[in-house]
Amino acid sequence: MMNILLAVGVVFAVALGEAASPTARPTSVRTALATVPKPSPFETQADLTPRCPIDQLVFAKFKQFGIQPANLSSDATFLRRAYLDVIGTLPTPREAREFLNNKGPDKRGALIERLLTRDEFADYWANKWSDLLRVKAEFPINLWPRAAQAYHQWIWASIKSAKPYDRFVRELLTANGSNFRDPAVNFYRAMQNKDPQSIAQAVALTFMGTRSDKWPKETLAGMAAFFSQIGYKETSEWKEEIVFFDPDRIAAKNTNVVFQAAPVFPDGTAAKLSADHDPREVFADWLTKPTNPWFTRAIANRVWFWLLGRGIIHEPDDIRADNPTTNPELLEYLCQELINAHYDLKQLFRVILNSKTYQLSFIAKDARPEADAFFSHYLIRRLDAEVLADALNQVTGMPEHYTSAIPEPFTFIPEKQRSISLPDGSIGSPFLELFGRPPRDTGLESERNNRPTADQRLHLLNSSHVQKKIEESPKIQYIIRNAKRSGDAVTWLYLLILSRHPTPEEWQAVTAHSKAGVKDHEVAVDLAWALINSAEFLYRH
Amino acid sequence: MKTQPSFTNKWLDRMRENAITRREAVQRAMLGAAGLWLGDHLGLSAFAAPQAPKARARSVIQIWMWGGPAHLDTWDPKPDAGYDYYGAFKTPIATNVDGLRVNELMPLLAKQADKYAVIHSMTHGVNAHETASYLVQTARQQGGRDVYPSAGAVVSLFKGYSGGYRGLLPPYIVLTEPQGRFSEAGFLGSRFKPFSTGGDPGAQRFAVEGIVASGISDKRQQDRRNFLHQLNTLKHAAPNDPQMLAADQTEKQAYDLILGDAGKVFDLSTEKNELRDRYGRNTFGQSCLVARKLVERGVPYVTINYKSGTWDTHKQNFQTMRRRLPEMDKGVATLLQDLADRGLLDSTIVWWCGEFGRTPKVQWEAPWNGGRGHWGNVFSAMVAGGGFKGGRVVGASDAKGEEVKDRPVHPADLIGTMYELLGIDCKARLPHPTGELATVVPTSSDDVKLGGRLTEIV
Repeated sequence: MMNILLAVGVVFAVALGEAASPTARPTSVRTALATVPKPSPFETQADLTPRCPIDQLVFAKFKQFGIQPANLSSDATFLRRAYLDVIGTLPTPREAREFLNNKGPDKRGALIERLLTRDEFADYWANKWSDLLRVKAEFPINLWPRAAQAYHQWIWASIKSAKPYDRFVRELLTANGSNFRDPAVNFYRAMQNKDPQSIAQAVALTFMGTRSDKWPKETLAGMAAFFSQIGYKETSEWKEEIVFFDPDRIAAKNTNVVFQAAPVFPDGTAAKLSADHDPREVFADWLTKPTNPWFTRAIANRVWFWLLGRGIIHEPDDIRADNPTTNPELLEYLCQELINAHYDLKQLFRVILNSKTYQLSFIAKDARPEADAFFSHYLIRRLDAEVLADALNQVTGMPEHYTSAIPEPFTFIPEKQRSISLPDGSIGSPFLELFGRPPRDTGLESERNNRPTADQRLHLLNSSHVQKKIEESPKIQYIIRNAKRSGDAVTWLYLLILSRHPTPEEWQAVTAHSKAGVKDHEVAVDLAWALINSAEFLYRH
Repeated sequence: MKTQPSFTNKWLDRMRENAITRREAVQRAMLGAAGLWLGDHLGLSAFAAPQAPKARARSVIQIWMWGGPAHLDTWDPKPDAGYDYYGAFKTPIATNVDGLRVNELMPLLAKQADKYAVIHSMTHGVNAHETASYLVQTARQQGGRDVYPSAGAVVSLFKGYSGGYRGLLPPYIVLTEPQGRFSEAGFLGSRFKPFSTGGDPGAQRFAVEGIVASGISDKRQQDRRNFLHQLNTLKHAAPNDPQMLAADQTEKQAYDLILGDAGKVFDLSTEKNELRDRYGRNTFGQSCLVARKLVERGVPYVTINYKSGTWDTHKQNFQTMRRRLPEMDKGVATLLQDLADRGLLDSTIVWWCGEFGRTPKVQWEAPWNGGRGHWGNVFSAMVAGGGFKGGRVVGASDAKGEEVKDRPVHPADLIGTMYELLGIDCKARLPHPTGELATVVPTSSDDVKLGGRLTEIV
């Protein structure tokens, strides 16, 4: 069946546009094939006139250094990129088809708006924040399952309700109460050491994007003083812990002199505190002011890093005087944008995602490594472990089995649950471990390891785990059963797995493979396997 | 392309110094053909120590007694401590070494005692599984911001691809599941995690995840691979992207294992039936056999994660030990003999240990019904081969096995001794992600208790 109508399929796929050339019209199939010798499914030749201030600032650097930027990405590439970057989720075949067929004027902008309101937006970014805040029930953070899940839920709800970022941080820093009922207090529990200096280091890393172990000792001690009056106490409820402002704590004469330092902000200004005033409030006031030199830059740079794959200051949690800012004007613009939006992070997402800079193709025209630092093309990155697990399950319709080392009722996770919405770093699967999910030990961005390894390749190419997903996939079975014409099966598998139509070359390869006396079912399984193992599936691009 | 002005900013120079550049990534990818995990490890050789001691051992087989078996019911029986202590095991048996007696259910190991040393005075005082597992395998106290790498990750750093290993098999392999309770690689990052085989060596066919696929012929593998190459359109569009080069390399090496000879090491049907029977036809026994085959191929570190049935005997300790000890006895005793027969014992350290021991005083009451709890104050470990002297006993516990009586041995003492036998300098620096000072083994300034290296048995 697959063999008979492949020829029809070629015409059909080209007729659907996109794959052959974004400018090809369904009525001129032959012309399109004749005039576009090497159609790229990945880019378009659209003009690169700056669309917005981001583009102006980025393109100015191209001019200054003679960098030739990449072309703009095609609709199909943009679609997949936006879904993966914004909601950590693949488009469904229907979503892909609708977007590719849409002839509206600003369909990319409209897609961005839709993605920003999806529940998966909160799922994906709650997962990211749970990495940075170390939301983990067990070793070495030891939040306990119920507290980890309450904390995750609080983060999720904060993102879903578009809580302004400055308020989000303030609520974390000034939290008091029960780890179960006032989940933000878990900020002060989710660290291996809970002495004032370690807390100050965690605050500096998370919200100032800086590694305070490189600071002068006195600076860190001055900041630690703001966190020296935090009390922890147990209650009669199993594993409940109350975190609270404890004004008597200094009177208890901490033996470590470092923590007896006077409270001084990291910029060197001394703070005035009254005895009954929680110093964390004073610190939060200082930190979240728009004029604070660290706060807004750190988050603006982080958001840029998350979307573009490289910080304007890189790495995004290693901001210091001798770590270069590749495009200071750009960072300044993003900060202003965020301040004007009253710290609504979605606005920052919006302006970045709508820029041509973000929408450049991944195919570099300038081979110099320095060009990467100026964002001359989109950086190819392997999918995050959780996103990859979900993508595999989404295209195959198969479940995942999750376990936790603590067999508490809270840690049993239904198989249908997506990995990006796991509420606790102690709940996982061997797949997530293998693909470099962060252990949530330190909150460093670099904990997430997306470098490909040979054992990951082995797993994807040849493990029973992945083989079973493909062989037993109800979705692939459905396609095999219901494809009336064999070309349909190929087109559907491409839309399902790669969110685009096959190119003529790909049609030829499938035709050749299916002629070699292989059964239709095997062709479909081999095709699904090959597409899942292709770089296009495994990498953001 | 226009002529390009050069990048001259001073920060760009710094960037060049700090970052892995595209060119470098390309070079790394090109160099990587020699070994499976090699590409990731280049550049770390700077961390290899200049003053490394001379290596006597090449490999380690770690038998990880997950859950913490009772020292009183294995290497340190206390028949004189009373029924509440020895419980069901009143009659320890003599070994072929004077003065060392072991549990009556370990007759085969009793005959191998000249090959191993028993440490009766392991101690760390921690009674929680995960913290104790971490401590025993990293030699570090929990706390601080860092999570340290386990011994396996450290050995694969120094003895793996940057230490001269050139095999296709990964340098750190765990049979059959990772421990999961702590990140074995610690701050070294996930590329130092062990390769976990999955599958069951005790089954008809040991289906090592990713290497041995069921129902796919070599021809179909090859056809599929060609098909994938034709359809890898993105890779063809950006062939010189560093990510794509790295992907190429990992794929090539994965196929070397799938289709090449290296993966055949997991085929146990090539071993004599008689030998397989001696190891025991069960997951643990056959894991011991696989471990021998792996070190024979030069793999530096193999962990047998002995989880099945669990040694965490809170309830009905004695029934569990009756079921499990004969299996353990057979597997480990045969492993020692087999390694010795093949001349591998001199270059292979066998390290048998759990995260702690168990309460010497039996908990007879319900719900434990003759159970033993966690006990970190004193417990036993066994080491053999690779430069460790056999037929020795280190230290002693007190009359009831509750405390160390003589010569405390802390995890850092044991791990440090192993590293030295492997030729690893304990004072060398580990590559820390933010450049902090982290030595291979904690020193006295690290606030870790030390009893001194095990010079008496090397």
